[in-house]
Amino acid sequence: MKPAPFAYAKARSLDHAIALLDGAPDARVLAGGQSLVPALNMRLSTPSLLVDINGLRELGEISRRNGHIEIGALVRHAQAERSSAIAQLAPLLTQAIPHIAHPAIRNRGTFGGSIALADPAAELPACLLALGAEIEVTGRTGRRSVAADEFFKGLFETALGPGDVLTAIRIAVPGSAARFGFAELARRHGDYALVGLAAAGTVHGGGLADVRLAFFGVGDRATRARQAEAALESGNLDAAVAALQHDLSPHSDVHASAATRSHLAGVLLRRVAAQLDSST
Amino acid sequence: MKRTPDVAPIVTALDRPNSYIGRSVPRPNLARLTQGRAQYVSDITLPRMAHVAFVRSPHAHARISKIETTAAKQAAGVIAVVTGAELAKVMTPWVGVLTHLKGIKSAPQHPIAVERACWQGEAVCAVVARTRALAEDACELVEVSYEELTPVTDAETALDPTTQVIHPELEDNLTFERKHEAGAPDQGFAQADAIIETTFRFGRHTGVTNEARSIVADWNPGEQRLTVYQGTQAPHMMQNLFAKHLGLEEHQVRVLTKDVGGSFGIKVHTYADEMATVALAKLLRRPIKFVADRLESFVTDIHARDHRVKAKIGVTRDGTITAFEIDDLTGIGPYSVYPRTSGIEANQVVNLVGGPYTCPNYRARARVVFQNKNVMCQYRAVGHPIATSVTEGLVELAAAQIGLDPLELRRRNLIPDDAYPATGASGIKFEALSHHACLAHIDSMMNYAGLRAEQARLRGQGVHRGIGFAAFIEVTNPSAAFYGIGGARISAQDGATVRLDATGALFCATGVTEQGQGTEAVIAQCVATAFGVPLERVRVLTGDTDNVPYGGGTWASRAAGIGGEAAWQAGKALRANVLAAAASILQADPKKLDISNGVIVDADNGRERIGLDEVARVVYFRPDTLPPGFQAEMVATRHYVPRGYPFAFTNGIQASYLEVDTDTGFIKLLKHWCVEDCGTVINPQLVDEQIRGGIVQGIGAALFEHCVYDERGQLLNGTMADYLVPMAPEMPDIEVGHVVTPTADSELGAKGAGEAGTAGASGGIMNAVNDALRPLGATPITEIPMTPDVVLRALNKI
Amino acid sequence: MTDRVRVALTVNGERVDAEVEPRQNLVDFLREELQLTGSHIGCEHGVCGACTVRVDGTIVRGCLMLAVQCDGDRVETIEGLSDSGDVADLQAAFCERNALQCGFCTPGMLLTAQELLLQSGAAPSREQIREHLSGNYCRCTGYQAIVDAVEAVALARQGQTP
Repeated sequence: MKPAPFAYAKARSLDHAIALLDGAPDARVLAGGQSLVPALNMRLSTPSLLVDINGLRELGEISRRNGHIEIGALVRHAQAERSSAIAQLAPLLTQAIPHIAHPAIRNRGTFGGSIALADPAAELPACLLALGAEIEVTGRTGRRSVAADEFFKGLFETALGPGDVLTAIRIAVPGSAARFGFAELARRHGDYALVGLAAAGTVHGGGLADVRLAFFGVGDRATRARQAEAALESGNLDAAVAALQHDLSPHSDVHASAATRSHLAGVLLRRVAAQLDSST
Repeated sequence: MKRTPDVAPIVTALDRPNSYIGRSVPRPNLARLTQGRAQYVSDITLPRMAHVAFVRSPHAHARISKIETTAAKQAAGVIAVVTGAELAKVMTPWVGVLTHLKGIKSAPQHPIAVERACWQGEAVCAVVARTRALAEDACELVEVSYEELTPVTDAETALDPTTQVIHPELEDNLTFERKHEAGAPDQGFAQADAIIETTFRFGRHTGVTNEARSIVADWNPGEQRLTVYQGTQAPHMMQNLFAKHLGLEEHQVRVLTKDVGGSFGIKVHTYADEMATVALAKLLRRPIKFVADRLESFVTDIHARDHRVKAKIGVTRDGTITAFEIDDLTGIGPYSVYPRTSGIEANQVVNLVGGPYTCPNYRARARVVFQNKNVMCQYRAVGHPIATSVTEGLVELAAAQIGLDPLELRRRNLIPDDAYPATGASGIKFEALSHHACLAHIDSMMNYAGLRAEQARLRGQGVHRGIGFAAFIEVTNPSAAFYGIGGARISAQDGATVRLDATGALFCATGVTEQGQGTEAVIAQCVATAFGVPLERVRVLTGDTDNVPYGGGTWASRAAGIGGEAAWQAGKALRANVLAAAASILQADPKKLDISNGVIVDADNGRERIGLDEVARVVYFRPDTLPPGFQAEMVATRHYVPRGYPFAFTNGIQASYLEVDTDTGFIKLLKHWCVEDCGTVINPQLVDEQIRGGIVQGIGAALFEHCVYDERGQLLNGTMADYLVPMAPEMPDIEVGHVVTPTADSELGAKGAGEAGTAGASGGIMNAVNDALRPLGATPITEIPMTPDVVLRALNKI
Repeated sequence: MTDRVRVALTVNGERVDAEVEPRQNLVDFLREELQLTGSHIGCEHGVCGACTVRVDGTIVRGCLMLAVQCDGDRVETIEGLSDSGDVADLQAAFCERNALQCGFCTPGMLLTAQELLLQSGAAPSREQIREHLSGNYCRCTGYQAIVDAVEAVALARQGQTP
């Protein structure tokens, strides 16, 4: 199927992009296009205008500033995958990115696009939750920062409003006690996960503190498992696994039943907890 | 790189000088395909060509009360908007029945639905426009008013008296039923020490050819001729059907098949939207192109394998199988597919269950029912994966029950290699099979004893690996018994025409077709060897009904065995003709001459006498120098059809080695083996690659592929993101071995090899998974695909 | 608003000036406007990899990029890479190993494999090859022959024999 007709505008600047978006309520931002274009090709998405931000080179940089690593919205997955700064300062991302789709998709797909789309089974939203990242949004009223915990609102729903452009992601540089874990279960390499888990914590005494467990593929959005986090902080893995029954509300679909997802979430928690432990 | 080693020609009757039989020579079309210089139907553009897109029913079953086309007709670029009723004036409907499937019935099917849509995805209106995108824009403007009808979706209840009858004129939803009884099954079960009874379920799946179905139809009113470029496996069959349903003579239709982006049985059927495209070309008097997009493919390419089989085996304590019994039920959509029918798969299940074994006691019933889902029909290894999984699943369950090694149980029951000719319990005739030789070969090839030891050692470490087998038989080289005797105009015979060109090169036109199997290479090998020229001196033409001998095409593993034999015979016949001409030039005895490496030689000592180019020069340009009364014939045509047996059965055995993550239910395939016997191996590399590709399609069925419908008849996963096909990372390396038992039905002795891989893979993997899980007390798994849901349920973890 | 847009790009080393509909994706543009039919369309959803082409030196899905986005870009297809000899050793290995049957996936496979081999310092393992090809669907071969062919070229380029 071919897309329905739409107009195309190439943004010359961020202000230009925002002005274009302002002028057409059903306009969509075209970044990497790796999720948007399939939706266009199925006529599931029929915007009147695409605002192409790929020319905004200032959004394509990875930089370190003020105790943060900042990843521009247009940074491609492949670029992040190869980035030594990310490997050093946000190793959770380096661990997660190879699970995103396939090489040709990672060459084109962007960090910002993945976050802005907020697919419930995607890796990066969960990683941002686990890392406590800040998401920078630029709109007609200026620039604001939204905590990852506040950003993902529901199924493909985010804190982005009309006319907003996601411009960057900021992640605090971790201390030496920080630990990370990541695992996902996908039927085939590169598929969206049946269940995935991105996790972070801090070694504290003999155990873990500040545990953040972000599951994906088991709800309408990437989700923190807060009771399980508390149980893990108190050193009780079995209780953490049991707590997932309260924390998560997995769904059934053609790929797995809710019961399977629920079971797999527990399996992943044990595996990821071992990663957090083994890296102490 | 692991290369398939060239092996010496195996059959001495074929031992010509410089024989190419048994050699892994490269396919002549590969360079073109690797350089992006192929020509698939989807690549074709003709002058004045327009594109058709279809409005398709969103409902599984609905009455079409009104179609409003005014707005669509006025849309940009639109050439025509045509409803089913309008197209019915151009093309007659068809009914997919064959007389040898007694009692099979179906309803007339139109190229575009008239009055009623019977599955989600059935075309209800055609829009022809300047581009595909414009046609799709206008499709959105066609307003169809539907009156939803109750869909029949569950095959289990399709025959209940309370269930709506889809085609009231047929009186019930039963398409076809076959019952078979042989020997004394009740007595057999009475003699058994153990009886295992279970139900096998096979997910509906589909072919997912990488190039979707594609057709360009061009009606030239000036010539009163229809030229159809179509990705099909059976050009002459389609020529006949286009002519028949458009009211034309066959000679008014030319079907051209160039490169085809995969077929696997998907492209051997009559599709309503392709028939509609041809009818639109005639109606609109210009070329029309239709390329199914992937969403359309999932709801219109034939599906296959949706079977539920209740099955039973009896076995004595000493490991003798005493009886098999099956009850097969399959739902095939609202129409039996034309012209091969949708009764063949179930019929094959009845034919093949128990086939490798001596057990004479067999009871079978198969019922085929209508339902409001996409149509089902023949896809690679028709019925074989079902029959093999059922038979071999039962055999391994029986082995476990009586505590006998699964290979040993087979050894005690497989038909002995010296017992042929033999007849199976279903009545199928075997010329010569080699089950025991294949079993012995795989046993050593995989180091079975070593693997069992490794399995036991790892089991102690909490690693759960499984080994599973599937012995199989495969229908190949079909005679007219497959379709012709049932009234279908599908050629069982095939032909080859070989011509000596003026430079001494050969041109061969064959009725069998190329979809990537390597047909062109195999035909060239047969011709080059039989005639006596270097392989690169043979050019092969396929897929053009104006220019190749009448033939069946490529399906049912017939191209090499039937097309190859015709080419072999044609090559021999032309050799005789050319030797006659050479003899007359040389004033020699033709019996004392031969052709070797493109040169006429003395047969006894190989001394070179005259080049083929010189013979051709004289024959074509200086025939005046030939003796009076001698007329050279530089073209020879020969045909071939198997006559000795209805089918050339092949056989083999597969083994799977895998690991189950018992926490997640995920299955990792570690290795797969196949030993098969397709008779004379013309090109070992091509045979091995057919086996490997076929196995991976079977792996898809075993682990991933499933067309999931809801109770309303809606396909829930009709995209390549949701319908999971096998991809590279999850596939194992596959080792292939051969045993060679040539068929005496042809001089070449080749049987088919295209479907053996698919026939046995899913059964072997199911058995391996059960082997891995058995010590954990899991419930045996008897359904595919074996998803994490299925495995975790068997382990009682969810 | 949905008017055609003027673009100028380089395709296989030749400058192309065209006016494209914004909705036309790159692979349709190559196939329909430039008759470069070596890049294929298998799904239009970015899943099968048959449309893989190179844009500015990296492989992309031709069905997930719009032609209008390629203004100023350098696009390479299998036709161009064949003529330049860029993938000649891979093509030869694919032929020798019969790493294709219908050939529909082959251009995309070759481009994807070439990117892996150009990125890798050492010869990639069979597992790495399989993972890199994870987004390229082949229905015919079962993949083993493709992995064999890519592995052979990887080793040959390192001066090793398989």
